[in-house]
Amino acid sequence: MTAALGKDLIGLERLSPDQIRLILDTAEPFKEVSERPIKKVPALRGKTIVNLFFEASTRTRISFEFAEKRLSADTVNVAATGSAVQKGETLVDTAKNLEAMRIDMVVIRHASSGAAQFLGDRIRSNVVNAGDGKHEHPTQALLDLLTIRDKLGRIEGVKVCLVGDILHSRVARSNIWGLTKLGAQVAVCGPHSLMPRGIEELGVTVLRRVEEAIEWADVLNVLRLQLERMEAGFIPSLREYYRVFGVTVERLAKAPRALTVMHPGPMNRGVEIDSRVADGPHSVILDQVTNGVAVRMAVLYLLAGGKPELADAAKGPAAGGTD
Amino acid sequence: MAAPLLLQGGRVVDPSRDLDETADVLIQDGRIAAVGPGLGAPAGATVRDVRGTVVAPGLVDVHVHLREPGNEDEETIATGARAAAAGGFTAVCAMPNTDPVTDNQAAVGFIVRQSLRAGFARVYPIGAISVGQRGQQLAEFGEMVGAGAVAVSDDGKPVVSSHLMRTALEYARTFDIPVADHCEEPSLSAGGVMHEGLVATRLGLKGIPAAAEEIMVARDILLAELTGGRVHLCHLSTRGSVELMRRAKERGLRVTAEVTPHHLSLTETACERYDTHAKMNPPLREAADVAALRQALQDGVIDCVASDHAPHAYDEKEAAFDDAPFGIVGLETAFGVAYTELVQGGALTLPQLILRMSTVPAQVFGLAGGTLRPGAPADVVALDVTAGWSVDAARFHSKSRNTPFAGRSLTGRAALTLVAGKIVHDARAAAEG
Repeated sequence: MTAALGKDLIGLERLSPDQIRLILDTAEPFKEVSERPIKKVPALRGKTIVNLFFEASTRTRISFEFAEKRLSADTVNVAATGSAVQKGETLVDTAKNLEAMRIDMVVIRHASSGAAQFLGDRIRSNVVNAGDGKHEHPTQALLDLLTIRDKLGRIEGVKVCLVGDILHSRVARSNIWGLTKLGAQVAVCGPHSLMPRGIEELGVTVLRRVEEAIEWADVLNVLRLQLERMEAGFIPSLREYYRVFGVTVERLAKAPRALTVMHPGPMNRGVEIDSRVADGPHSVILDQVTNGVAVRMAVLYLLAGGKPELADAAKGPAAGGTD
Repeated sequence: MAAPLLLQGGRVVDPSRDLDETADVLIQDGRIAAVGPGLGAPAGATVRDVRGTVVAPGLVDVHVHLREPGNEDEETIATGARAAAAGGFTAVCAMPNTDPVTDNQAAVGFIVRQSLRAGFARVYPIGAISVGQRGQQLAEFGEMVGAGAVAVSDDGKPVVSSHLMRTALEYARTFDIPVADHCEEPSLSAGGVMHEGLVATRLGLKGIPAAAEEIMVARDILLAELTGGRVHLCHLSTRGSVELMRRAKERGLRVTAEVTPHHLSLTETACERYDTHAKMNPPLREAADVAALRQALQDGVIDCVASDHAPHAYDEKEAAFDDAPFGIVGLETAFGVAYTELVQGGALTLPQLILRMSTVPAQVFGLAGGTLRPGAPADVVALDVTAGWSVDAARFHSKSRNTPFAGRSLTGRAALTLVAGKIVHDARAAAEG
């Protein structure tokens, strides 16, 4: 166990501003590793990491896998999607089996909120939450923070608006914690049928219309609208959603200042975001993906007991024990 | 017949007669023979010194789940009745959501026989409102009452159809039994696992809004007025429900309600860190709801305390919050939690608590007990309200351990429980054994 982050990374709610800054600062030198011809440093050599994905994911899983491989860890991928076994039983049994196999770290993605916490409370290995239900997706928010810092040079005082389905979004929750802890001003915007109860009490402003968000914000983080939400009756149609809440070129043209547009992916082009925006000059969407690998390297490195100061140029295989 | 028993020197609290004095209680032939100061022990009587305890009519719990038939690994009628006795209860009402559902006279008779065989607290069956609790066809109330049912309920599920609820209330009038409803509008609560509020938002868990309960409370009150039937509202949890009940009582409608010890003492924050022992339906609400429920119990707007004892196997609760079942055990902590939170907390006096945990629930469900009047069955509890104790779930008589109160320090527990004059729980013997 390391004092830097604790045993697990479950969410940003429980991290201090200093811990969040530490991760972002540690990610900086790791960015360079991915630019080398030989993209590998020995920081996690001999460590075994299981990527345990109970829910479909391409981007996050691949990003973690690259991060692990570039740190020289040994990795195993377990995809348990669509398992006929009841979710709860799988989780507790999985925890026991992993513990028995003396794994160093587990990266978990699960459809139930609290699943990462559940696992972290039951095994000695480090647990990294790669998204649990509607709760948190901390590494996504960390890479969003890093991207904002890269683009605007700071996070404090920056006005960030999360647009879309806040109710079901773990990305929104993690972003709200991370941004508010680092001093950004945060707003949320979306249909009220997709707005969670009491969200203002987390220190965010609720904006009613996307036009207001564009007028107010320095950064728009546009969330994916899952198609199931329409079937569940939260919104009438995707077409109307795009009409009322879509981030379009026409709307962005009215922005009073330079606006940065982010999206955690995968995008529904023509639903929450106009293709011309996604591919246009406002977009930093691919920078987010690039930063994802560096941030995840930083998280894995720090949880494994890596010394922040040695992360520079990633020379330090000085990883201590994991607990 | 057993020898007469004299309970000597206790503080006798009998809300049915506004009695609160140091007195002796003489029990003979399974009945209360006399209550008064300085009663002499008749020849051959056993004398039990109960100084320092509160002697009261045995507690009555109108809402428990005993899991038999169907889930005997979680609880049986015998273990549930034993747990009840340990908690100071002399009578409990068993909800019909067993497997198969208790929806006919044979099933009701089975519960009566199992409880007689067990011989601890009395177990009164509640029959289902609808066949299979499917919410369609009325179950045979008349035959179930003939076999021993004291009420009907589809608890565990709400009665979704207003027409069915109406006919149930009308039809039950013939037998003068309460129709107990679990108030939940299912299209609003679907998928919800805890109270809809800030904690649910932070944890990313789907909430159950207060309105899901209140819509059905309002409907049932309107149907009670329409039909003249007796509706009993289970485990109320919101301040809005309290307001609806207050108005119904002011208008003199035949509506009664219960509240659980956990809804009187815990809030949504108990779900932090995804503690599945705080997952129940209705969910734990907000501090303002707890305050309103306490006030309502004091005012009599809510009639009684009921535990909603809901045993679950340990591994069922060992799961992600979404996947764990609703419900907690309560029989062995109900009095301690209520005494500590309500009496020591200043919301109720001890006689008021006994009123709400014994006399009134017995009246509402038409049960023997709830009184120490001479001639009444000797269903009696001696309560130790001086010694603190710590909740150790491993020592429960219940088969299940799913409690959010584990490790909690409480004051108040049963020292001695008697059903029909027979000792069914003796803390002193248990401690020595």
